[in-house]
Amino acid sequence: MKVSYKWLKQYVDIDISPKELADKLTMAGIAVEHVEYLGQGIKGVVVGEVLEVKPHPQADKLVVCQVDLGRETVQIVTGAENVKAKHRIPVAPVGAELPGGMKLRKARLRGLDSFGMMCSAEELGIDEALVDPESRNGILILDPDSPIGEDIKSLLNLDDAILEFELTPNRSDCLSVINIAREIGAILKKPVKLPEIVFQETDEPVENLAFVEVWDQDLCNRYVARVVKNVKLKPSPQWMQHYLRSAGIRPINNVVDISNFVMLEMGQPLHTFDYDTLAEHKIIVRRAAEGEKMFTLDGQERTFSRDVLLICDGEKPVAVAGVMGGLDTEVTDKTCNILIESARFHPVSVRRTSKLLGLRSESSLRFEKGIDVFNTLEAVHRAAQLMADLAEGEIARGVIDVVGAVPEPTVITLREKKVNEILGTSLTISQINGIMEDLRFPTEIGRDEIKVTVPTYRQDISREIDLIEEVARLNGYDQIPVTLPHGVTTEGKRTRYQKLEDLIKKCLVGAGFMEVINYSFISPKDFDKINLPEDSALRNVIAIKNPLSDEQSVMRTTLVPGLLETASRNTNRRNPNFAFFEWGKIFLPREDKLPQEPMMLGGVISGKMERGWNQEAQVLDFFYLKGVLEVIFHRLGIKNWSLKAESFPGFLHPGRAGNIFLGDIYVGFIGEIHPSVQEKYHLENRTYIFQVYLHQIMEAAEEVFKYQPIPKYPAVERDMALLVKESIPAENITQTIWENGENILTGVTLFDVYKGTQIPEGYKSLAYALTFQSKEKTLTDDEVTAVFQKINESLSEKFGVELR
Amino acid sequence: MLEKLNEIKLKAQEELKNVKTVNDLVSLRVKYLGKKGELTSVLRGMGKLSPEERPRVGQAANEVRELIESILEERNNQLKEEALHQSLKKETIDITLPGQNILLGHKHPITTVIDQIKEIFLGMGYTIAEGPEIELDYYNFEALNLPPDHPARDMQDSFYISDEVLLRTHTSPVQVRVMEKTVPHYPVKIICPGKVYRRDDDATHSPMFHQVEGLVIDKNLSMSDLKGTLRTFARQMFGEDRQIRLRPSYFPFTEPSAEVDISCMMCGGEGCRVCSHTGWLEILGAGMVHPRVLEMSGYNPEEVNGFAFGMGVERITMLKYGIDDLRLLFENDLRFLAQF
Repeated sequence: MKVSYKWLKQYVDIDISPKELADKLTMAGIAVEHVEYLGQGIKGVVVGEVLEVKPHPQADKLVVCQVDLGRETVQIVTGAENVKAKHRIPVAPVGAELPGGMKLRKARLRGLDSFGMMCSAEELGIDEALVDPESRNGILILDPDSPIGEDIKSLLNLDDAILEFELTPNRSDCLSVINIAREIGAILKKPVKLPEIVFQETDEPVENLAFVEVWDQDLCNRYVARVVKNVKLKPSPQWMQHYLRSAGIRPINNVVDISNFVMLEMGQPLHTFDYDTLAEHKIIVRRAAEGEKMFTLDGQERTFSRDVLLICDGEKPVAVAGVMGGLDTEVTDKTCNILIESARFHPVSVRRTSKLLGLRSESSLRFEKGIDVFNTLEAVHRAAQLMADLAEGEIARGVIDVVGAVPEPTVITLREKKVNEILGTSLTISQINGIMEDLRFPTEIGRDEIKVTVPTYRQDISREIDLIEEVARLNGYDQIPVTLPHGVTTEGKRTRYQKLEDLIKKCLVGAGFMEVINYSFISPKDFDKINLPEDSALRNVIAIKNPLSDEQSVMRTTLVPGLLETASRNTNRRNPNFAFFEWGKIFLPREDKLPQEPMMLGGVISGKMERGWNQEAQVLDFFYLKGVLEVIFHRLGIKNWSLKAESFPGFLHPGRAGNIFLGDIYVGFIGEIHPSVQEKYHLENRTYIFQVYLHQIMEAAEEVFKYQPIPKYPAVERDMALLVKESIPAENITQTIWENGENILTGVTLFDVYKGTQIPEGYKSLAYALTFQSKEKTLTDDEVTAVFQKINESLSEKFGVELR
Repeated sequence: MLEKLNEIKLKAQEELKNVKTVNDLVSLRVKYLGKKGELTSVLRGMGKLSPEERPRVGQAANEVRELIESILEERNNQLKEEALHQSLKKETIDITLPGQNILLGHKHPITTVIDQIKEIFLGMGYTIAEGPEIELDYYNFEALNLPPDHPARDMQDSFYISDEVLLRTHTSPVQVRVMEKTVPHYPVKIICPGKVYRRDDDATHSPMFHQVEGLVIDKNLSMSDLKGTLRTFARQMFGEDRQIRLRPSYFPFTEPSAEVDISCMMCGGEGCRVCSHTGWLEILGAGMVHPRVLEMSGYNPEEVNGFAFGMGVERITMLKYGIDDLRLLFENDLRFLAQF
């Protein structure tokens, strides 16, 4: 909503600047987004009359004009094409100034002197869309009665400022200039002067001229109409044009402008019908018949369903209630008799209809928010008055008023105690009452409470808290003290899961991983890209009904596509070395309205860490990733986890991946990305990925542990190099070593895995460092050797392993 | 004999002065004090002396020996020190060479900021609540005083799954879930961080973003307590000299409602490019819980009051680190992430 500062001054005596006013309104909850000062930088531009237009002897595209500025006549050379003799236009003579610091000087154009410039709307800072089409892309043609020599700023009200409001949805009452003026009155504690509505009526009673029937009163609880005859269509006066333009509405002619003006002024949308085109001079308000059609003002044929409320004449639909008029009954140049409609349509109905038809107008906007049913009469009177004053209309006697159920006035009890309890203030009852009086809300003051009657234009106020808000904002939020809650003490603490989240993230960050955040929605095509089989359960997704694009149309069931996308983007940007993790939910449909939302941890690594002058670059491979998982499980005290090389989703390398289990429970996977997927994501190097369900892992965590005493007796180390068949997993060997350790084996470290020339084909060499230690005594060589032998024997027995 | 001793003394002093290595020092010790050393052989001849002379000569010989020993000791120390000095000199390293790469990762800046917010409110006795990201219309709108066809629903364009189910457009539904679970008990003191979704994608909007919501329900809670709480938050988050300003606003689930500004930390409130020359930066929305919301969750607004606040984590992150492009936060470019 944009409103002229001068217009507001018509109703309240505002004695502060537009900027100060804007600040006060904003701090009282009527936010002013922007103040636009018109005509800034314009100086000395006056109205001129073109006396003569002659072609330029040396240039086809230029004309030479003699322009009367009142005190003198000057010659101006211009390229504008829309200037004709007798036109009155804005002229910036030599010495005048235009926005942007431009100062006019005498110019010479193709050999002829030019003593100034004629101005376009744009050069004067006026939006071209809001001027007559004839003045667009050319010089602004003024009204023929504009006084020659008059300063353009006062003629076009360019000394005004425009306040642009950003209204909150509850304050749609401020879609009315008068209601904004009421706010200003309450803020500045000044009276509000409402327009005086007086006019003469003819003897002809309106009941003889027009007939109104409302068939569906649930959607239209009041329909008011007046008839005005013999209107003379012409441009409306400058002040009205200016007010409309300030609000962003293009002036058309006096009749159309009046209906827009009253809508802006009083917040009541009006519709004007060409009375003579209404069949039987009848108005019927009813729901559309299914499939009923009509041409709307914009020339489009519309088809309606039963939900749409129509205004019809004796034969056919003539308007979509509250949204748009029909073509057939529109006011045109030939119109001389008018029927003015001032009605209240149901907000939800208008909202649905305008959504359905894709039509939003200043009028539907107001109906949608709900307008004041008691204002309809006032508005139709106001329009009639202006039609008489500005269009020489003759107003038929009386008004047609079809009223249905209207709300009772709201009376609310406002308790002093509650006001202060909610706000933390210590206002007295008379201070509170004072604020209600500033708002012009009728009150009845008691000992510790006030009965407040809420005016019907304030539909946002229905209970005590709404009045408390009025007190808060008009008293000023800055008047509310600053305190801290003083109730019982509460524990500020994290849940177990939240603590574990911190712990796991610390492990990842410590291992050089960077956290990423990917969108929760992915493309259904991503499943093909990661080689998921057609029957994969992960393809069972939650789909968004109204996605922004196909790329973001389903909720992810795995973190993999997002992680690979991130890997791909970084590779593209020449960051091929990375370790990323993501902590986020996936969404799995189930037999419930809401899906399951398991929290997942995933990671992707590739390439190498940065190398140093004295250190090799750490390679980011399968075992680096596995090492990170080991650290996490270790920190969480989880021992019963294992990796099983079995069947995997199609995006993993079949020989380089494993499923992660806690006991028998599957909790995730780790592995190398399948070369074909690697290629599809344009990944430069082999890439490794993992994903785990956090719930199961956190459930299994045992954060409480007891320390082990530091051993008192020395440890003995023995190395053991084994020749093992390649097919035997190292873990089986390690396990057997442990099983035979006889309580004195305290450490088993695999420090070398070797395949090559010194080893027979089909074998590998595993080198272990074993640590032996007793809690009770210093071990003798013989004791250690005995156990070492036993380990050896069982290894060779079980796996045919040879000691090297 | 005394003469002989004196001779030995002078010679030893001279020789020890010129000694260059620890080895030479050892041979000098042998030469003078060894079993066949010069001083030893002098002492051996003591037997030939008269009993009167013996103590005198004995004393003199001891003096000479002590002197030699002390010089030996002193020279030994000197030589060791010299040797150490020499070797330290050789071991000098170029301390300007870069240190070893210690490979630390980074949390996403959004997570870091959420963690900071959590810390502040944990310190004030709040707990952290969580809720589903795919939500029922009831929790996302209706229970927050936004019935169907409420005009304020226009403020939030939502992603729908079905007529009843949508991606939550704010973290406020968590409030309702917590209230439903806690009622009739109080106090409630929670913050709810999380992802939220709106159908908007341009330079200043991301279809997925993060919010932190706060809710307190208690007896005798007032808007002044809200003001104090938010000022504490603003000062811990943005610096001790921050001022806050509340402007009246509208949210269906709070009343009175406020937009909360902090004095600009770039210019200290003087006005600069960051704060569009107003001196203030809008950082969150807040208000007293609407009695209708309390009622719908089963609380009696005559018994308890509540306040709630909500902030956009992206905005706070951008302000805190001077990030001027929202999209950077979701591109996950290594070179961006590595800075936090």
